Amino acid sequence: MKLKRKKDTFKTALRKDLKKNSFAYLLLVPVLLWYAVFCYAPMWGVLLAFKDYKPLLGFGGSPWVGLKHFKEFFSSPFLVRTVKNTFMLNIWGLAFGFTSPILLALLLNEIKAVRFKKVVQTITYMPHFISLVVICGMIHIFTQSGGILTQLVDWISGTEHASLLGYTDMFRPIYTFSGIWQNIGWDSIIYLSAMSSIDPGLYEAADIDGAGRLRKMWHVTLPQIRPTIIILFIFAVGGLMASGHEKIILLYNPLTYEKADVIASYVYRRGLQEASYSFATAVGLVSSVVNFLLLWFTNRVSKKYSEISVF
Amino acid sequence: MEKKKNVIGKHTPENVIFNIINYGVLTLLTLLCLYPMLHVLFASVSDPTTLISHRGLLLKPLGFTLSGYQLVFKDNSLLIGFKNTFLYVGLGTLVNMLITITMFFGGGLIPWFLMMRQIGCYNNMWAMILPTALNTWNMIILRTGFQSFPYDLEEAAVIDGASQARILIDVILPLSKPVLAVIFLYYLVGNWNSWFNAMVLLKDRDRYPLQLLLKEILVMNDSFMTSVGSAGGVSVNSVQGATAYRELVKYCVTVIVTLPILCVYPFLQKYFVKGVFVGSIKG
Repeated sequence: MKLKRKKDTFKTALRKDLKKNSFAYLLLVPVLLWYAVFCYAPMWGVLLAFKDYKPLLGFGGSPWVGLKHFKEFFSSPFLVRTVKNTFMLNIWGLAFGFTSPILLALLLNEIKAVRFKKVVQTITYMPHFISLVVICGMIHIFTQSGGILTQLVDWISGTEHASLLGYTDMFRPIYTFSGIWQNIGWDSIIYLSAMSSIDPGLYEAADIDGAGRLRKMWHVTLPQIRPTIIILFIFAVGGLMASGHEKIILLYNPLTYEKADVIASYVYRRGLQEASYSFATAVGLVSSVVNFLLLWFTNRVSKKYSEISVF
Repeated sequence: MEKKKNVIGKHTPENVIFNIINYGVLTLLTLLCLYPMLHVLFASVSDPTTLISHRGLLLKPLGFTLSGYQLVFKDNSLLIGFKNTFLYVGLGTLVNMLITITMFFGGGLIPWFLMMRQIGCYNNMWAMILPTALNTWNMIILRTGFQSFPYDLEEAAVIDGASQARILIDVILPLSKPVLAVIFLYYLVGNWNSWFNAMVLLKDRDRYPLQLLLKEILVMNDSFMTSVGSAGGVSVNSVQGATAYRELVKYCVTVIVTLPILCVYPFLQKYFVKGVFVGSIKG
């Protein structure tokens, strides 16, 4: 009885609201449609991972095969290779790519000459707007045999090198440091803004206590921007498995698959280039699940130790 | 603020050393950021045969020639690419804006691809526009912007008898111009730079946007340039000369595609930076 009344009021309330705000609802329709078609319908397609998809039979007509594709992936050498490479690239990224913008922000924060600061910022932000294809094109040009970076490596090692992108051991440094070049300035913006809202009184207090500038950096600036760092870190770890497959596809080649092939690029190669749709869907699903668990885990850890969390 | 300046500006030896190191490191970093771009720019106008045998840093153009650019524009596939990109960027951004006015767990690449093919977003213009029509992140930015207006504003408009459409058009939209500008720019740059969807969803070469053509020229060393090398109007006699010109053309293409965005960027910088904040505060 009670339940029914509640339902009724909801319905009438909805109807009233629909009438009152009909214009808003009208605007909402295309957006909801878009989400249904482009975001939620493909989620349904995850079921392909448990089927043997044949284009001729269609989505509904293809036979169910249970965990066949998962078993295949878990027993293949590609599981270890792709997961390891994904993790390694991201550990490099977290170690160097995540820390370098913080360092840049710390240095910039100490600059009092407004002009100089502006010039540095404008120039370091710039590469962020160069397209990935051009960045990778530049990397190809600079690392081909006789390219400017190859010359540098030749000079350091004392031996001639062919294209650096052909060496497995070069892939991670090239990938990581080109990423830093492109994003160090842009990623420092958020830290700089966090620093600009630090109470000047804290610095004055540190001055009175006789702290030098390095100590102030370490004991005032860094602790003050800690919440920002932690939140961005959670996001970085959360995007760990998903990030960067476009850049990898642009930079890797069969010579470097051993260290460069990550889960996402493997999905792309098997799924779209070799048309093993179901298998690739299964691999993609595995990576989504791992990714979600990682995000959840980092969030838990951070909540426990610093009381900061995203959700 | 004044006090803080005095304290930091003191000329103690420690401060002086710190400043020297800090300015030095930042200057070096800035030069490092700038150099690769300048290298490409200088190389693109250099004499190709000198360029290919050049060793070391490139601090000024080696000779001066525009023949690389001439070669690029002789072949019309790049022009078609430009045309396609303008079409996708223009229309795409328009659709983005229209829809927007009104994340961690997805389906994955393959189901998405099959879905696109099924609904006809394959090998046509719509494949470049519809799948990216909306960006959740940008929507959050705009919503945050809308939420920052005081509710009284809307209330006052209602009392004056304005309809909802009128409130949106005459009250909310004019007030959110800065946020709209931010989103417009994000979509614009995103559309201009996108290539992956094009690679996956387009089959015909004459529909390719610029970035995808670039990928073939720069990353895959595509035959586009060899055909230019042999058939181009600029006299290329030897195989070696053709290689040199192919390298030159790579530099030119990079400059042509990057320059438009980098030219407008300094003027729009403050809007881009604003976007970082609007999105991060409450998003």
